Amino acid sequence: MTAGQKLKSLWLKFLIKLYIPAAIKGMSRTLARVFRPKVTLSYPEEVHVPRKGYRGEHRLKKDELGRMKCVACLMCQTACPAECIRIDAGPSPWPDREKIPVAFTIDMLKCIYCGMCEEACPCDAIELTPTFNKVALTREEKIYDINKLLSR
Amino acid sequence: MATQLTRLLEMPLVQGLIKIGFVIGFFVLALVPLMVIIERRLSAWMQGRLGPNRVDLPWLGRLGGILPSGLGHPLADAIKLLFKEEIIPEGADKFLFCAGPLLVLIPPALGMIVIPFGNQIGDAPLQVADLGVGILFTMSVLSVAVYGLAFGGWASNNKYSLLGGLRASAQLVSYELALGLSIIAAVMLTAATSPDGSGTINPRIMVDLQSRGIQYWNVFGGGDWRLAPFGILGFILFFVSALAENNRLPFDLPECEAELVGGYHTEYSSMKFSVFMMGEYVGMILMSSLMVTFFLGGWSFPGITDPKNHGLFAGLLSVAVFVAKIMAILVFYVVIRWTLPRFKYNQLMNLGWKRLVPLALANVLAIAAVGVLTSSGGGK
Repeated sequence: MTAGQKLKSLWLKFLIKLYIPAAIKGMSRTLARVFRPKVTLSYPEEVHVPRKGYRGEHRLKKDELGRMKCVACLMCQTACPAECIRIDAGPSPWPDREKIPVAFTIDMLKCIYCGMCEEACPCDAIELTPTFNKVALTREEKIYDINKLLSR
Repeated sequence: MATQLTRLLEMPLVQGLIKIGFVIGFFVLALVPLMVIIERRLSAWMQGRLGPNRVDLPWLGRLGGILPSGLGHPLADAIKLLFKEEIIPEGADKFLFCAGPLLVLIPPALGMIVIPFGNQIGDAPLQVADLGVGILFTMSVLSVAVYGLAFGGWASNNKYSLLGGLRASAQLVSYELALGLSIIAAVMLTAATSPDGSGTINPRIMVDLQSRGIQYWNVFGGGDWRLAPFGILGFILFFVSALAENNRLPFDLPECEAELVGGYHTEYSSMKFSVFMMGEYVGMILMSSLMVTFFLGGWSFPGITDPKNHGLFAGLLSVAVFVAKIMAILVFYVVIRWTLPRFKYNQLMNLGWKRLVPLALANVLAIAAVGVLTSSGGGK
C-alpha cells in the first residue's frame, strides 16, 4: 500500500467516523421521498380494487343449465383447515349425479380465506370472489347459507 | 384621528405591547400549530402517506384552493384536548404536577424576547427587549426548562415517569454545555471580525454585524474566510446540541413514545399534555431562532433586506425573511427525524461529553488563536 492509498483510507475512515456525510446522504434520500407518489387511498372517494386472484368471500358456481355444480362430495369440508364449511347432502333430482347439498353453510367469521376449498373441489363448484368488505351487524348474518352462496 | 394614532404608536409602552403581542401571538400561538401540521404532513409524505388532510380551517376553508388541505387539524386537536378528562394521579404532588408543563412552556417563550426578529421600523427595533446580555439571558432562562421535565417526572408519583424525568434532565444538562460553548464560538467570531475589534453578546448587534452580507454570516466565519471552517463547525455543534436540547430525534430519549412509556409525561393527559407539546415546539422555534440569529444572519438576506432601510415595508420584509429561515431549519428538523435512528443512552452521553464538549472547546480556542495570530479585527 502506497502512502497515498494509506492516506485515502484514513480519510475515508475519518469520513465514516464523522457520521455527517452518511447523514446528509440519508437526508437527501428522505427528502426525495416527499416527491414520490403516495400509496394512501383517500378511502370513501377511492376504493381499493383487489388484484386478480384475491381470496375474498365464497360463492357457489352454476353450470350452463343454471343448476348448481356442487355434488356434495364433502371434499371442501374435509380440506377446510378452519372447519367453517358444513354440508348436508341429499338425493339429486338430476340423473348425472348422485347427491346435491340440501344445506351448504359457510361461517365467514371462522373462515381464514385460505382457498383450500377451491383447490380441493373436483367439480370447480366453489370459488373465492374478490369481495372483501361485506359488513354485518350480527354474527348470524355472517353465516352464509346455500341460497346466499348461490346467488352471488 | 390619524395623528392620535401615530402619537399612540410612538409611545414605547404601546410599541412594547405590540411587539410582545407579535412574539406571543405569532411565534408561540400561530407558529406552533402551523409547525405541528407541517411536521405531520411532511412526515406522512416522507413515508409515502398523504397525512391528515380532512379538516380545513373553520369559516375560511381553503380560501378557494390557495391553502393546502388539513390546516384545521391542530385546531381540532386543541379542541379535543381541551374537552378531554384531566387526570391527576393519586399521590401526585398537585402543585408541582401543574407547574411542570408551565415550566416547559414559559422559559422558551420568555427566551424569545431577546431575539431580534426584524430590522427597525422607524426608531423601533423589532425586538421585545434589547438586552445587552441577551445571550446570557436566553441561556439562563432556557436552563429553567429542565425543572419542568424533572418536576413533571417526579410529581407524577410513577417510577417510570421519574426515570423519564431523570433521563431528560441528564440529557438537557449535558448538552447545555456544548450548546453554550458553541454560542461562545459565535461570540468569538464577532470579536475576531467586527470592525472595531470588540465582541458582543447582544443579539441585535450580532445580527447587525452579519447583515452586511452573506460572507459576514458567522457560519461562514463572520467575514474572514480563514475562520469559515470554525464557523461551520460551531454551527454544526450548535445544531446537534439544539436537537438534543429539544428532545428531537435522534436524541428523543426523554420521551421514546413507543418503548420507554413516554418518559416524564406518561401521566399527563388533556391540556397539560398539550402544554408540554407546545413547550417542546416553542423550544424548537426558539432554538432555530437562536441558530438563525447567531450563525445565519438573523433577519438579513442580501438582495432582499436592506439594513439601512427603516421603512414599514422593509421591516415587515425582514420579519418574513427571519420566519422563512426559521421554517427552513424546522423542516430540516423533520427531515432529520425521519432519517436518523435514535441513539442509545450511552452513545448519547458519549457524544455529548466526549465529542461535542471537547470539540466545542477546541473550536473556541482555534477561533481565538486564528483571531489573535491574524489580528483580522479591523480595530487593531
